[in-house]
Formats: sequence, structure tokens, C-alpha cells
Amino acid sequence: MSAPPIEVRGLVKRYGELTAVDGVELTVQAGDVYGYLGPNGAGKTTSLRMMLGLISPTEGSVRLFGRDPHSTVRALDGVAGFVEAPAFYPYLSARRNLELMAAYDGYGAAGRVDFALDTVELGSRARDRVGGFSHGMRQRLGIAAALLRAPKLLLLDEPATGLDPAGMRDMRRLIRRLADDGMTVLLSSHLLAEVEELCNRVAVLRRGRIVYEGTIAALARGAAASYRLATTDDTRAREICLAQPGIDAVSTEHGHIVFTGEERAVAELSRALVEADVLIHELAPQTVTLEDLFFSLTEGDGVVLDGPEPLVVESAS
Amino acid sequence: MTALAAPARPAGTDATGRAPGVWAVYRWELVKLRYQKRTYLGLAASVLAPLLLVLAISLRSGAGHGDAFAFANYLTRSGLVVPLVILLFGAIWMFPLIVALVAGDIFASEDHNGTLKTVLTRSLERQQIFAGKMLVAATYAVFAIMLSGTVGVIAGSLQSGFNSLQSLSGTIVSAPRGLELVYASLVVYLIPTAAIVAIGLMLSTLTRNSAAAVVGTLMISLLIQLIGILPGMSGAQPYLLSTQFNAWQGLLRTPTDWVPIIRALWVCALYGIPALLVAFLVFMRRDVAGG
Ligand SMILES: Nc1ncnc2c1ncn2[C@@H]1O[C@H](COP(=O)(O)OP(=O)(O)O)[C@@H](O)[C@H]1O
Ligand SMILES: [Mg+2]
Repeated sequence: MSAPPIEVRGLVKRYGELTAVDGVELTVQAGDVYGYLGPNGAGKTTSLRMMLGLISPTEGSVRLFGRDPHSTVRALDGVAGFVEAPAFYPYLSARRNLELMAAYDGYGAAGRVDFALDTVELGSRARDRVGGFSHGMRQRLGIAAALLRAPKLLLLDEPATGLDPAGMRDMRRLIRRLADDGMTVLLSSHLLAEVEELCNRVAVLRRGRIVYEGTIAALARGAAASYRLATTDDTRAREICLAQPGIDAVSTEHGHIVFTGEERAVAELSRALVEADVLIHELAPQTVTLEDLFFSLTEGDGVVLDGPEPLVVESAS
Repeated sequence: MTALAAPARPAGTDATGRAPGVWAVYRWELVKLRYQKRTYLGLAASVLAPLLLVLAISLRSGAGHGDAFAFANYLTRSGLVVPLVILLFGAIWMFPLIVALVAGDIFASEDHNGTLKTVLTRSLERQQIFAGKMLVAATYAVFAIMLSGTVGVIAGSLQSGFNSLQSLSGTIVSAPRGLELVYASLVVYLIPTAAIVAIGLMLSTLTRNSAAAVVGTLMISLLIQLIGILPGMSGAQPYLLSTQFNAWQGLLRTPTDWVPIIRALWVCALYGIPALLVAFLVFMRRDVAGG
């Protein structure tokens, strides 16, 4: 089997005292649209810079299709993308900027300039100097510049950030379409909704560490199926919960028993409680949205989840 | 903006075409120079300096004082003297500034525009980018000095005539031979100029700031001249970079004095090669973050 598009092992980047990226492990398989999710300052851009060979890792390694971008630019064959806002020469036109990049790409990239401009709908502005372009136009030109390389792997660092709602929608559509064309995409984002809409897998990054890695579906399952219970005898109730099949992740929060489980198992639990003479004050599904979960993953001291798929979760630091 | 709905694939998504090389960088760095104001500032200075000198000569001779001063007399005898006088005075700060305008900017401007990440994630190795930029900075220096010399020859000859030249040893050199010597002098002048270019490139990579690199290069050039006039430092004079800007005068002696020219070669290498090496290593190893 050929090497996966991205394989990151034990990646660390330190800036003096600050550890911007702290032991990241990541494997992106061909065809993935992989979300790299984290709040500002989590280390997304720094990770992508290392993946593109722009900065050298303090520790660990990056392999793109099995090749090391830090040792040779050949590792970027079939790879394109940008970190932070894509940058161009402001005094050159959009077309000239792309022509320059195509010349630096070689391998027939010059023949793709028109295609790239059309794909991002900048054909009509191609003769204008990039210096006068809006942020949204530059983001699109950044995508065009990536397409010149006819990439199999696209690394995009918050491509929709700073765009207006229509621009965001168009950017997401574009990424969707590129993914449907068979490109593998690594998309960094601080917006859960964006990743949810576009990605099949996600890594959640918090202060340089990955606190969740897996499918969006598993993350959502971990989020939804949580219940809160209050009874006349919580000590006894807790024992029953622990013994009850289908009831997991039993814990106590703010004087309530909290657990996860399927609807059916929860119904069975209520009967078991009543039969044991434990009367229910309250039994309610917790309205934990994916959003809440994301915030608790990235902001709190780290929560312990125990879903159907094991989640990588950091303990309190 | 409407939904993006262009064709999904380009007509020919095959991997034909060749790998890019230093030539691509060289060519496009020249294109970039064509679109930047600083390029023309330097070239304008290269052209204006000999023109202003010729203007001054013509005003002087027009006022009838022409024969009163030996130097003015020397200047008006042959137009071929004009480019040489520009070389003499241009060494103090004009040519260092002109070449530093491009050499000091060529890496720093990428930092300013944040475009280093753009070009370094294409298919060129860092050393290829470095080589292309270095060659363009050198090309600009050659072009500026040759332009200045050529304008000097033409304007000077139009004003004073394409006449024979008096060498620094007092002998008379025919006009065609004099023209050869002028261009040979320009070539020798490129030796210390190359060292200045190397210093400009070094400061451009080190400071990552165009203005700092340009001014820094000029300051270094001026400071080296200052060392030469410090008391007790006359022994260092032959080994100062500024002194090498006079090496071309060896060509204007009969017989030709090769000693200052040979010395210029190795002294300038001592200044230029370490500077270039620093520039190269800094550029190869630096983290490209920010921007
Ligand atoms: N060049 C740098 N020098 C020092 N600190 C940096 C540098 N780049 C990033 N950082 C720090 O590393 C952390 C992660 O930054 P970044 O990767 O940009 O996060 P994100 O892209 O997720 O917002 C931040 O605390 C940031 O201040
Ligand atoms: Mg970022």
C-alpha cells in the first residue's frame, strides 16, 4: 500500500518557553476531508507550517506521501496549500502572480492558470493588481494558486476566516467540490460548524495537543447521549447505574448523577430504580451540543468522555 | 459573488513540462524589478550623475573659466573622462546605494509581502531561490554601472568630443583605445561592487527589513572608508573595501598596473564570500513564520 497523504509523528514545535505544538500524531488517509479544529492559538498554523516545510520541527516528523518536506521540496509534489492569509506580490496582477507561481511549479502548471482563475471566479479580475484585492479575493486567489499544482493533497489554513457569509458559503462549496473531485484535504478551522459540514474526520487541538481524534459521528454520539439523574437515594442510584447494562460513563456533577446510554437502556434503568425503591426526582437528557463539547474539549481542564469509540482525551493539566 | 461553478478539471491535467530551475527565479525576479519603483530610482541616479556632470562642464566652459583649472581642463579635453570621474566619485556612496537598493531589498521584500511562504511551497528548493535572487541582484549592479558608464561616454563625447585621453602616467591614449579602457575600468569596478552586493544580500536576509538592509549596506560602506582616514590606519588602507573601488586606475597607467586589480580580486573575495555565505546559510535554515 502506498504511504498516506499525511503522517505526522510526535510533532513538537517550541518557541522558547512556549510549546506551540506538543506531540501531535496525525494520519490523513487518501480521500479524507480532515478537519484540524482548534481555537485561536491552538497551534494549527504552526502545525501546517511544519507540514509544508516552512519551519523545522523541534521534535518529531512529518511525511507527505512518505516524503519529508523538511529535507526536500520534492516532498511537496502533488501537495499544495497555504498557511494564514495567502500572500502575493501586490504590484503584480493576479494573472502575473499565478504565472510566476506556475513558473516556480513547473510540470505544465503554466497551462493551468486560466483554469485556476476560472475555478475561483477571478477570470474577470485577472488583470488587476493584487494590491487592490479584498481579503476574500485573495483567499480565492490562494486556492487558485494551489490548483496550479494539480494537487492530490490540499492543506488549507482557515480558508474561510474573515470572509463574509456569502464568501464563506462559496469557499465551503469550493472545498466540497475539490474533495468530491478526489482531492485529500486537510482543513484547519476554529469553527466547529465548518468542520462538521465538510469533514469526515477531525482532530481537535488544544494548546498544541490533540484532545480528540476520530470521526465527527463519534464525536456527535459522545455529545448527545448524556443524561442527568436525581433521586431520593443517589448513593443507591449510582450503584444501580453502574450495574445496569447499556449505561456508561457514570459520574457525579453538581449533585447530579450523569451518565450516557441509549434511549432503551435509560428506560430500563428507570424501571430498575423504581423496583429498587429509589424514586426519581429528575431524569433528563443533557443538552450537550457538539458546540458545548468542543468548548469543553478546548477550553476547560479537559473532560473525560467514554463513547462507543475510545476518545483521546487529555486529563486535567 | 455567485456560486463557484467552473469546470471541475482543466483541459490537460497531465504532468507534462519540466521541473523548474534557477532560470525561472532569475526571469521572474527580473519581471518583479520591472514593476518596482526602486529599480528606476537606482537607474535614474546612474543616468543622471553623468548627465549632471556634463551639464556642469558645459556651464563652466561656457562661462569662460574652462582653462583656469587643471582638472576642469582635463575634463573638457575628452568626453571619455566623464564616466571615469563618475566612477571616482560614485564610489563614496552613490554606487553602493544604487546596488543596495536592490540587493538589500530582494530577500527582505519577501518578508515584507509575506510571500516567502508562497514561493517556498512551490517546486523550487531554497538554494535555487537563493541563486536566482543573487544573480538578479548582481545583474542589476552590472546593468546600473554599465548604464552609467555608457551614458557618461555618450554625453561626454557629445559635449567634449570623442578625443584621445591622457593616461594617469601622462601618456596619450587614442580615443578607441580609451573607450576600451573605460569599459575595462567599468568591469574592474564591478569587483568591489560585487562585494557590496554580497553585503546587501547578507543584511537583507539578516534584518528581513528592506530599509534597514539598504541603509545598513551604505553605512558599512561608509564606515570602511572612515577607517581609512583614521590616524594610524594607513597601513590598513590597501585592504579596505573602499580602496578597491580605485583599482581600475591601474588600467590607466602605462604600463598597466595590475597590482591593485589583483589585490581587489582577493580582498573583495574576503569581504564578499563570507557575506554571501552568511546570507545563504541564514536563508537556508530560517523558519518561515509570520506574514
Ligand atoms: N513565530 C512564532 N514565534 C513565537 N511564537 C509563535 C510563533 N508562531 C506561533 N507562535 C505561538 O504559538 C501558538 C500557536 O500559534 P498558531 O499555530 O498560529 O495557532 P493557530 O493557528 O491555531 O491560531 C500561539 O501561542 C502563538 O502565539
Ligand atoms: Mg492560525
